[in-house]
Amino acid sequence: MVSPILELTDINKSFGHVQANKNINLKINKGTIHGIIGENGAGKSTLMSIVFGLYQANSGSIKINGKEINLRSPRDSIINGIGMVHQHFMLVENFTVLENIILGFEGETVFGEKLQKAKEDLEKLCQTYNFNIDLDATISDLSVGFRQRVEILKSLYRGAEILILDEPTGVLTPQEVDELFKILRSLKDEGKTIVLITHKLIEIMDLTSEVSVMRQGEMVGHTKTEDTSKEQLAEMMVGRSVLLRVDKKEIKKGETIFKVNNLSVKDDLDVTRVKDVNLEICSGEILGIAGVTGNGQTELLEALSGIRKVESGSIELFGEKISDHNNFLNPRMLKEKGLAHVPEDRQRMGLISDFKAHENLIFGYHDQEPYSKSAILNNKEITEYSNKVMQEYDVRPNSPNLITSNFSGGNQQKIILSRELNENPKVLLVGQPTRGVDIGAIEFIHQRLIDMRDKGAAILLASVELDEILSLSDRIIVMFDGKIVGEKENKNVTDRELGLLMAGVA
Amino acid sequence: MSNLVVDKSKVPWWVSNVIVPLVNLTLALLVSGLFIFIAGENPIEAVKLIIYGSFGYIQGFAYTLYYTTNFIFTGLAFAVAFHCRLFNIGGEGQAYIGGLGVFLVAINLSFLPIPIVWLLSICGAFLFGAAWAYIPAYLQSKRGSHVVITTIMFNFIASSLMIFLLVDVIRDTNQMAPHTVKLPEEIWLPSFEAFSGILGIKIRYSPLNLTFLLAIASLFFVWFLVWKTKWGYEMRAVGHNTQAAIYAGISPHKNIIIAMCISGGLAGLLGVNEILGVSHKIQAGFPAGYGFTGIAVALMGRNHPIGILPAAFLFGILYQGGSEVTFEMPNITRYMFVAVQGLIILFSGALENLFRPQIESFFVRRLNREVNA
Repeated sequence: MVSPILELTDINKSFGHVQANKNINLKINKGTIHGIIGENGAGKSTLMSIVFGLYQANSGSIKINGKEINLRSPRDSIINGIGMVHQHFMLVENFTVLENIILGFEGETVFGEKLQKAKEDLEKLCQTYNFNIDLDATISDLSVGFRQRVEILKSLYRGAEILILDEPTGVLTPQEVDELFKILRSLKDEGKTIVLITHKLIEIMDLTSEVSVMRQGEMVGHTKTEDTSKEQLAEMMVGRSVLLRVDKKEIKKGETIFKVNNLSVKDDLDVTRVKDVNLEICSGEILGIAGVTGNGQTELLEALSGIRKVESGSIELFGEKISDHNNFLNPRMLKEKGLAHVPEDRQRMGLISDFKAHENLIFGYHDQEPYSKSAILNNKEITEYSNKVMQEYDVRPNSPNLITSNFSGGNQQKIILSRELNENPKVLLVGQPTRGVDIGAIEFIHQRLIDMRDKGAAILLASVELDEILSLSDRIIVMFDGKIVGEKENKNVTDRELGLLMAGVA
Repeated sequence: MSNLVVDKSKVPWWVSNVIVPLVNLTLALLVSGLFIFIAGENPIEAVKLIIYGSFGYIQGFAYTLYYTTNFIFTGLAFAVAFHCRLFNIGGEGQAYIGGLGVFLVAINLSFLPIPIVWLLSICGAFLFGAAWAYIPAYLQSKRGSHVVITTIMFNFIASSLMIFLLVDVIRDTNQMAPHTVKLPEEIWLPSFEAFSGILGIKIRYSPLNLTFLLAIASLFFVWFLVWKTKWGYEMRAVGHNTQAAIYAGISPHKNIIIAMCISGGLAGLLGVNEILGVSHKIQAGFPAGYGFTGIAVALMGRNHPIGILPAAFLFGILYQGGSEVTFEMPNITRYMFVAVQGLIILFSGALENLFRPQIESFFVRRLNREVNA
């Protein structure tokens, strides 16, 4: 067995309370293309940023060619022969290719002989790997595919033996992907080692010889690519941990109260993220949306809750059109009509972390009686109400005057949930209700959602936690690439089945 | 550095809101003392003169409060916009235009009962100031033009506009200087010496007038608006987290405009003090930098009325005491006190966090020790 060129042992890294990497062990052999797959947020990019010296691990060791090294900055990594091509390129747009490549690596001078020498070296490199780049072209004139090549060339010129590519195909056209793969294969043939981070199974199967799977900050498996299949990898990626079963009564389905017709939605960058989605929710039903992060769930929820404009199609509440391309009701009007929304990202959207807890408990309902009368906030009522719900939802500490950022994630989520459920909404949109929430709070939150359902609310639940979808939903739809790729009654559905749908395989 | 990471929730409010500003202020004054020393004067004597000039005799104290009045208005103006995270540095121009509002209302409606003239003139000042802030606010909310850029440009536009008006349109045509006619004497706001006359004390002229009470009322108004009404709540929500505000159905556009208009209106009230209270006519350049100094007042006062009052008072002392010093000490020019103000802004604004971690961790450790003991 050849000794690995890169070896990671027990790498741990946390950001605040979130542990992004837990006891990661990884061996990468020389001259291979090694794939690392996992969902968004599984910790792949964090791990590779540690290897590249952008972050420092909290503990653990990194060995290159059997020698333990200490990477404190990208400079250390470059010296040790590690290069990284980021998802977002780090190029100076109005510099030429040559200038970008020697930037920060100029030595004593960027003029005369040295520059000429650099240029010759680079031309040789370009020929070896068939890069086909004009070194004097300005970056802003180059297509994305070529910019990526410049990044690769930059790493190679700096002596990279290990090349890390973070989601390299995300921004490329299919033809560009083919070209990139050709280059990567020829690099491998020349003895370079390549680490490919991706969440696309097809690329792994196409290109790699070994693959490691990450899930929720942990390394869940290593295997040779030839010994595995897309299905198996999908299963490992999505994972199967112990199901949190919730006691749930038989469904008492009422009439359809929320309806989405041929909905398409664009994101801020004008990319269509929700494509022609149709769905219906009845009262007394929980409809779960499963899917890997970034497949349109966020934009769908935002459109349904009146935050994001609808591109085409329409949304109906109690048979009344509340949103289409030309007009939409804003969130406050929707609240009055009985639609509540627990947003996916509580820090960014659900609360104002600098506000006091009681201010967040009325957020969005602050202009309604009894919290305010003729525009003046009624502090007495607000405090009474806050004390009441904080007790009811067991928010700890039970102090309405504490600044919200001082509460833990689970308690912040309870603040949002109590606020949104308090008005007994008819339709409830819920995104990632238990992300970053401790087990005790998860059970509590799940029970509350079930209670709402039993009271006859129509609930749309979007979650990347498959367990959560499976234990709560009555019906499940799977989103992939903005489309609904499957719909199932939640009876005898296996997570494997869903996992395949989520990965866009089936 | 790691021992300086302080858990914010454990820092008592009086440390971050009283001790830290006081330390910053002390540093600024120490450095100022150094400057005075270098200029060849005795800093201790200078401090004595400042205190005497601003507190030592009743007329001086009245001047101090007159300056304080102006700083309260411009400080509040900056603070209100800041709660919506808008840097309104156009207080100067808004005050200028506000002055136009007071004057136009007062001179055209002077036939009405006097208290009504006052009331309408105050409204005029507020509305004109608000209108001048509305344009940058609109551009910010609809077009994303940054208010820092637009408000500062609007200071220049206001200045040019007023010069044009003062030269060609509303100039007192009996003379050549760029100022208007005086308002009829019966609608002038009662001055401090008029009040003291009632009390039987005779003092010499000072510019302090009834507007001081309007300034105090404005402090209450802002406190109530920002913390007790749903408008203030919404403004703060937009300022802290625009995304969340949209989620809650709060319109950022609307609130940017409301915050800026209230801010501009408060700056406009400076015109009440200057025109209805003191000079009784519009003179070219009457805002005289109060609008800019208001930024420092708000920063020092941590954008809270309770902080703005002492900060405005401090700047009043510096203005009044400073002129006393320049009068008595030939080596200290007026500009030295501009430098002193600059130092205060530097230490309490730009370098606000210079010693904050040290001070906070010091107190947190101390308090912990007390708890454990």
